[in-house]
Amino acid sequence: MADLRSEFIGIKSPNPFWLASAPPTDKEYNVRRAFDAGWGGVVWKTLGFDPHVVNVNGPRYGAVFGADRRLLGLNNIELITDRPLQTNLDEIKAVKRDYPDQAMIVSLMVPCEEEPWKKILPMVEETGADGVELNFGCPHGMSERGMGSAVGQVPEYIEMVTRWVKANTRMPVIVKLTPNITDIRKPAGAAKSGGADAVSLINTINSITSVDLDLFAPEPTIDGKGAHGGYCGPAVKPIALNMVAEIARDPELHGLPISGIGGVTTWRDAAEFLALGAGNVQVCTAAMTYGFKIVQEMISGLSDYMDSKGIASVDEIVGRAVPNVTDWNQLNLNYVAKAKINQDLCISCGRCFAACEDTSHQAIAMSEDRTFTVIDEECVACNLCVNVCPVEECITMEAMTPGSTDPRTGRVVQPDYANWTTHPNNPSAKAAE
Amino acid sequence: MGSDVFQPGITAGRLDPDSYAEHFSDLHPRLDAHEALVAADRCYFCHDAPCITACPTDIDIPLFIRQIATGTPDAAAKTILTQNIMGGMCARVCPTEALCEEACVREAAEGKPVLIGQLQRYATDHLQEQGIHPFSRAAATGKKVAVVGAGPAGLSCAHRLAMLGHDVVVMDARAKPGGLNEYGIATYKTPGGYAQTEVDWLLQIGGITLQCGTALGDGFTLDDLREGYDAVFLAMGLGGVNALDAEGSDKDGVRDAVDFIADLRQASDVAQVPIGRDVVVIGGGMTAVDAAVQAKLLGALNVTLVYRRGRDRMNASVFEQDLAASKGVRIVTHAVPVAVHGNGSVREIEFEYVDDAMKGTGQTLRLPADQVFKAIGQTLIGDGIPELDGRKIKVSETGRTSVAGVWAGGDCASGGDDLTVTAVAEGRDAAMDIHKVLVG
Repeated sequence: MADLRSEFIGIKSPNPFWLASAPPTDKEYNVRRAFDAGWGGVVWKTLGFDPHVVNVNGPRYGAVFGADRRLLGLNNIELITDRPLQTNLDEIKAVKRDYPDQAMIVSLMVPCEEEPWKKILPMVEETGADGVELNFGCPHGMSERGMGSAVGQVPEYIEMVTRWVKANTRMPVIVKLTPNITDIRKPAGAAKSGGADAVSLINTINSITSVDLDLFAPEPTIDGKGAHGGYCGPAVKPIALNMVAEIARDPELHGLPISGIGGVTTWRDAAEFLALGAGNVQVCTAAMTYGFKIVQEMISGLSDYMDSKGIASVDEIVGRAVPNVTDWNQLNLNYVAKAKINQDLCISCGRCFAACEDTSHQAIAMSEDRTFTVIDEECVACNLCVNVCPVEECITMEAMTPGSTDPRTGRVVQPDYANWTTHPNNPSAKAAE
Repeated sequence: MGSDVFQPGITAGRLDPDSYAEHFSDLHPRLDAHEALVAADRCYFCHDAPCITACPTDIDIPLFIRQIATGTPDAAAKTILTQNIMGGMCARVCPTEALCEEACVREAAEGKPVLIGQLQRYATDHLQEQGIHPFSRAAATGKKVAVVGAGPAGLSCAHRLAMLGHDVVVMDARAKPGGLNEYGIATYKTPGGYAQTEVDWLLQIGGITLQCGTALGDGFTLDDLREGYDAVFLAMGLGGVNALDAEGSDKDGVRDAVDFIADLRQASDVAQVPIGRDVVVIGGGMTAVDAAVQAKLLGALNVTLVYRRGRDRMNASVFEQDLAASKGVRIVTHAVPVAVHGNGSVREIEFEYVDDAMKGTGQTLRLPADQVFKAIGQTLIGDGIPELDGRKIKVSETGRTSVAGVWAGGDCASGGDDLTVTAVAEGRDAAMDIHKVLVG
């Protein structure tokens, strides 16, 4: 079994799987169960000052389902912890004492002034926690009170608060970012300027999951009304991966540690975040859907993957895909591929045909006996047929060898690399020297 | 159908070669990768899952299925084999419809459980076919344990003990290891010599010495073993068979179903195995069904399974009964054999119908028969064995017998169903207890 031990901004944990600050980490009871189940660390649900907040007494969650009622996306309108500050602090201390090898991070959200931060940080330090995470991400409820994403959407505030926190604690500081912005590099840069040890992302996305068509009210519905919530779960993973990669590949932000969050459900999701530059991952929806035991599959899966690749430590995966994330204008336009349908695997459903014929390039032929074949003369290798095919590996994209002729364009496939910046159709192209 | 199916008497080669090949191929062909993913996707990853509770070896079924779903079948196999070292065979022979799959919540929801047994086979085959043995031995303890019987209980116990660092000697009366996996299970449930493949794979752990062709009371006694070893595990199964209490039962053509099944399993060419045109099987358990179905598959024209009680009392599961019916086996209930007729060889067998209280009704039934297979139960044989509980060795929860230093499990021991998976669990649990006693 591979060595999954992780060290993130100096914080050690037995594996890179942490539970994100959320309902699963709200109480001692839950967190003990989480550690017993094998989680490497937790970010304790966000603390604030007393009087503690109150939550609605109706539904807090809304969901988006896939086939077979698989939960793909979850939306919530829950606020930060609704228990007294001291209760949480006492519990954090007790758990950390009993689980010294697991990472204990405490999420914080207090008003946007220096005094409250100065006041709460020593209280957290006293628990023996390993670090703090600044919740600049929550998009509902708290943001209306000038906290959460209301801070996270203004880079100057992020920098200012981060600086206060760094000046008032010896603990490592993670700044949790909201995705409800236009360019994630700006808030990440602000966190870095403020002295943050790391950023974590993404927090949840503003969302309404569905509308009750009898009540004409958004869900979750509280007495006939609904408010937007924060969206998370497998559905948000692509958005999170992109934001993580944007930070990881930015020259200004290079080296800023990232804790990856957003739809991590399996070992593979976690490995993808790591490859795009996250030093570890945080999980919430998968645990809320399947229970804490889900981490066992993440551990065995990541370990198997590392063994099969000869990867000795988690750090060897971190950032490994970052050099391959680029801008569109850097993609090789001389690369030519064609779809290929494996007739032995094809079950003749015709979805590829419908997709290509109706919405793409009319590059798939259908015979009387429902045999589907690719018309190379028309195929632009868009990949849509691959994506709609219900059978894994049935349709594949095959690269054409340089020197052969692309029957679609009649041009010989060139062996050299050439991108848009030098393409003759580009009005601002510069001739290759 | 070959031309020889109407030939009376007991003859081989009743079918054409293709029919034999088809009849004795895999009952459930292995899932391919696509089928496995589709099947795995249906698992809900239930909390404290009912399927785990229903499994005698407590395999973490939701976890292994999720590991298949996430593309790590070898991790899935490890999850299975950690609990059940013969998870490969159990995937083939377990009556899953009465165990894990019966408990599956999707059985409750839709009448269609997750295909747990077939997924288990997918994972274990995936690992074993690469020759990977994912377990290794702990530091040697210097202790030596004797295991009597190389069936599922004995091998499971031996593997666990070897893993814990003990040296193990396994003795078996037969020429080959495997016990009922090798000699007692229908050919179509474990084709391709899987029983031996699995034994070879299991022995890769090291530290296990096999001694075949030697039995308790025939080569060694229990006292010998107690003297020469630090502990003894008895798992010799049931070596004897119950006698048929009917007039003329010594006629030619009347034989024990277990011998028929064993001969068929050991046959290099099933087409060479002779079978009657009219076959009658007496009994209502798995052995009876295995014999009846295989008689049919060998080309017997008429196969009748006769059981003394109602179908609901049969030990064979409903799935097995339906399998027999689907192969054309006629099932007659509430009838007990009273006489075997024939001049030297059996020609007919006579039954009397009985009521639910097994009281004779005076009504009789005569069935033509070239061959009669008795599957009316097996018995423990052996001298100087520990105290019995009824007809089996009395054991505690962890397999301890009345004799200090002697454990027992599998079919020869009391408690538990006589299933492969139960035997594996008993062997494993006894090994853990032996380990506790030996090293504290």
